[in-house]
Amino acid sequence: MELFLALTVGALFAAGLYCLMLHSVVRLALGLVLLGSASNLLLFTVNGLQRGFAPLVPEGQEALTRPFADPLPQAFILTAIVINFGLLALLLVLVHRAAQETGTDDTRALRTELKDSQ
Amino acid sequence: MMPSSALLSLPMILCLGAAAAGQLTPSRAWPRRWLALMTMVSVTAVGALLLVTVRRNGIQAAQMGGWAAPFGITLVADLLSALMVLVTGLMGLTVVSFSAATLPASREAGAYYPLVLVLVGGVCGAFLTGDLFNLFVWIEVMLGASFVLLALEARQEQLEASIKYMSLSLIGSVVLLCAVGLLYGVAGTLNLADLSVTVPGLGTPRLMTAVSMFFLVAFALKAGAFPLFFWLPASYHTPPAAVTTLFSALLTKVGVYALARVFTLVFTQDARFTSTLLLVMGGLTMVTGVLGAVAQYDVRRLLSFHIISQIGYLIAALGLMTRGALAALIAFLIHYIFAKSALFLVSGATARVTRTYDLHQMGNLYRTQPLLAALFFIPALSLAGVPPFSGFFAKLAIIQAALRTQHWVIAGTAVVVGLLTLFSMMKIWREAFWKAPPENQPQEPNRPLSLGDGVLGPCIAMTTFMVVLGVGAEPLLELADAAAGQLIDPTEYVRAVLRERP
Repeated sequence: MELFLALTVGALFAAGLYCLMLHSVVRLALGLVLLGSASNLLLFTVNGLQRGFAPLVPEGQEALTRPFADPLPQAFILTAIVINFGLLALLLVLVHRAAQETGTDDTRALRTELKDSQ
Repeated sequence: MMPSSALLSLPMILCLGAAAAGQLTPSRAWPRRWLALMTMVSVTAVGALLLVTVRRNGIQAAQMGGWAAPFGITLVADLLSALMVLVTGLMGLTVVSFSAATLPASREAGAYYPLVLVLVGGVCGAFLTGDLFNLFVWIEVMLGASFVLLALEARQEQLEASIKYMSLSLIGSVVLLCAVGLLYGVAGTLNLADLSVTVPGLGTPRLMTAVSMFFLVAFALKAGAFPLFFWLPASYHTPPAAVTTLFSALLTKVGVYALARVFTLVFTQDARFTSTLLLVMGGLTMVTGVLGAVAQYDVRRLLSFHIISQIGYLIAALGLMTRGALAALIAFLIHYIFAKSALFLVSGATARVTRTYDLHQMGNLYRTQPLLAALFFIPALSLAGVPPFSGFFAKLAIIQAALRTQHWVIAGTAVVVGLLTLFSMMKIWREAFWKAPPENQPQEPNRPLSLGDGVLGPCIAMTTFMVVLGVGAEPLLELADAAAGQLIDPTEYVRAVLRERP
């Protein structure tokens, strides 16, 4: 299972980075979504996949006994998803606005530098 | 005396609370402006109180929600954090008063001040947190506000800049999140003090070095270090001068602060490798930044490249990793926040007179605006490292630290880059203030060109700091040395956080 998830993480990173390198604002946003998911899945995989071991202290004991599913990485992932979601919404507004401004989603149409140089 | 938990959480509570309250007030300029101003005054006061408390009673730590150290949310203030919160408050105050003088009332009535407050709150949070995941969260809070501030006017060049800045920052955040996840997977904790204790005993130095490289890439991207600085000159010249000042004063500094924190507290086993890497990175950042500035004729772009070059000094000082070098880093950080902000504020003020940021179009400001010329001259010399201003002592301390550890190349680079900075500042001086105005300039005699009220106040305040920090450099260097002592020997930090554990 770890191997499968590790390969998925790799594939997601590759796909995300590929999207970032295209000349399209919409694909740029999609690429960032893929990268965000890849990092969340990485967090999930790295911190140990456990099935059926709830993080509950057994009766009559003081501390958790291994193995148990660590709930903290899941809390991290949840927080990261929320942050990603908010920033993505903002990025989409920008993308929408840029598309309105230029009439295309080509990043090259956005460039203003060449006009004002010298 | 306030309990330390209240004192430590106040900067964030004040900023975020005032941001929420600001959004609820009617959409007029004055209530939001005064709310922001009052909040910044309070943050500065809290920062000063925090600094005094830490100086007197040692490092302060607080566990939010009452959970003991490695499990709860920890806030820590050592001298460096307290100093940074104080400077953040001062910069917030400066930027808010400059915004009040320069921005149109319609902009002030909108979401501008609440966003500035969120940004400052995020920065304070990043400086005060004692745990890496919260550091990630606070950095995101800060970045989220900065994305909106950058794009607020929605002109096409700003959209271009925002999309570039935002996508590169988000890639940095992805790397940081991966770094945090991997570190938790290896060490099982993200509390900085706890990491400082557990990481040396893990017995996987190679793996830790690999994880530390993730952090290096993520924070170097936020700091704008070579070769990850491309977002900075692509975006910093587009927003209003007040916003650029805020960004240049605070955003990249969080990156440098975070680098200093993790490489002094957590990743200390493979010191030889990381310090070499940081030194090379710092040297190249200094050189590329200053060379990039040579070709620029837009004042704000030119100054943006100088941000990069000065970040190089900080990273190189971190790479030296001695107490003297860290003290130099802290002194330089403080000096440079004020110097750079002064220059950006003055560039905003000159643009109000000339209506342009293009050096070709300017001229003769020395005649027409003598006070402004003086206010440019002092921070420019200070940035280049000319005595008796603050930059001289800060730069001298870095070069001394490099010489003492026999890093001749870094010391030489620092001197040469200082000279090139002086050359670059003189270019602005010559073009904007000294030369005769260009002949083909469209004259508008019926519209008098004036600065407006209250524009010079923040510039004067910044320049005064420069002179005070230069003439009275001794107390600052002493404080920086004490702060460096706490960084280089983390036992006090660890003891303050993990008090409950043996």
